[in-house]
Amino acid sequence: MSELSNDDVRKVASLARLKLTDAEIEHFAEQLDGVLQYVHVLDELDVSDVEPMAHAVDVSNVLRDDSTRPSLPREEALSNAPKTDGRYFLVPQILENA
Amino acid sequence: MELSGATASQLLESMCRGTTTAAEVVQAHLDAISSRDESVGAFLSVNGEAALAKAAEVDQKRAAGEPLGPLAGLPVAVKDNICTQGSSTTCASRMLENYVPPYNAHIVERLNAADAVIIGKVNLDEFAMGSSTENSALKVTRNPWDLERTPGGSSGGSAVAVSASLVPFSVGSDTGGSIRQPASFCGVVGMKPTYGRVSRYGLVAFASSLDQIGPFANDVTGASLLLETLAGHDSRDSTSIDRPVPVYSQSVDQPLEGLRVGVVQEYLGEGTDDDVRSAVETAIAVYRSLGAEVVDISLPHTKYAIATYYLIACSEASSNLARYDGIHYGHRTEQFENMVDLYAASRAEGFGDEVKRRIMLGVYALSEGYSDQYYVKALKVRRLIRNDFDAAFQNVDVIVGPTVPTPAFKIGELIDDPLQMYLSDICTISANLAGIPGISVPCGISASGLPIGLQLLAGPFEEEKLLRAARMFERETDWHTRRPSL
Repeated sequence: MSELSNDDVRKVASLARLKLTDAEIEHFAEQLDGVLQYVHVLDELDVSDVEPMAHAVDVSNVLRDDSTRPSLPREEALSNAPKTDGRYFLVPQILENA
Repeated sequence: MELSGATASQLLESMCRGTTTAAEVVQAHLDAISSRDESVGAFLSVNGEAALAKAAEVDQKRAAGEPLGPLAGLPVAVKDNICTQGSSTTCASRMLENYVPPYNAHIVERLNAADAVIIGKVNLDEFAMGSSTENSALKVTRNPWDLERTPGGSSGGSAVAVSASLVPFSVGSDTGGSIRQPASFCGVVGMKPTYGRVSRYGLVAFASSLDQIGPFANDVTGASLLLETLAGHDSRDSTSIDRPVPVYSQSVDQPLEGLRVGVVQEYLGEGTDDDVRSAVETAIAVYRSLGAEVVDISLPHTKYAIATYYLIACSEASSNLARYDGIHYGHRTEQFENMVDLYAASRAEGFGDEVKRRIMLGVYALSEGYSDQYYVKALKVRRLIRNDFDAAFQNVDVIVGPTVPTPAFKIGELIDDPLQMYLSDICTISANLAGIPGISVPCGISASGLPIGLQLLAGPFEEEKLLRAARMFERETDWHTRRPSL
């Protein structure tokens, strides 16, 4: 039985901000479904008493002094921007009649 | 001495004795790239002018008797997902095709301080997602041993640059085997250090809890030399570990007394190619002949590693790659209807299929109602996999087995079957989940003339032991000296 419908993939693509054609949705649905079927191998295990492991090394709360340091100059921060006026990143108008 | 194809230590010695110069070494490797890279396609960019300028600087310093860094004059290639200030860092993606980082990765600063010569940037699977380098949006990279075959991946360019004698060593990154697997396919040495050993600052993030930078080289000593430059604490990566870096190259030639070698039955299971199996068994016999005790061990959760890995890696990737928005840097679409459409269209145009697949799998695994079933469950199984290794290393010093169950596959063979491609990572992937170091060294040639790699794994921060154990095998054999005819 397939686990992932085309509509599921459409929803996921929308959450992921990926604009896909219907043909792509169909193609990915099939491939992702195969992978999801495969990961069900994990259902064989009882992990109810296992603590999740988010990281391989036990480090937490690495702190540093809250002191000011130089940051990237504006010119360099904007140097890779697809659209800029030299001061800001430019985006399309979001508010109507603004 | 032929400079292209020489080892890092041979080149260093020759430059120290004054029988050659950094300028000659770098020029010889630039010439090798000019004549051979067209057929293998390792490099995405070559910076000959800057490389020769750096070499001249090294030669001047040497002539003036000024202190030099430990890698002075040695050419090195860097995977193109590691930021180099002022020169492009593409991740082999349309998304970052024109991206020029305003800063250097930590390891690039370290290479510069060591007076190494960064000769160029090398190809990879887009955003390091893949096992064949076929997912590069920019270039096809071919295996120097058989141009119809893939070099493995994702650090395919780094492996090929060493295999084709275009550099003595190179830098890659390994999230699920992306250094060790291409090293195995291309007949060179490749090592993934312990998670936290090398700073990830400036490595474009794929799966942050798994990514680790490491060396490729044409011998174990070269990998030791490069690792001691790459490793070390960096406060800009909060997972970087603050502990001393041993001088690996000084101890690498000392054999280990009373070495206990674990052989994992699960890594020699069904699907292991006969030539690979027999090469690995011969390698185990070499260890036995050197006085090592060989112990059969089990890593019982191995069969769950691939599922665990893909859930975790894709979940982290979906979050990390959310930054590509078409606004701050990277590709931006020309045609859009509104703000959300600008994001979605830019990302659809900028990312290739494998990146899209992984982002979507990650978004799904993290989505409301599914995250306990997928992501959190994978994190729990990850602990069981780590526990397997902790138990195994109570009884053995290193674990040996094949790096990959088969020699290199053909270009196009698995590209439409992502799951089969994922399954080829079975022997390498657990080390990333557990955070332990691993190395692949050449241990044979298949009947069809393709290299076979032996993987050694050790406990956390046991790089020194791992390199010494690898070198024990290497000095008894000549597989690492075999080079493809190009």
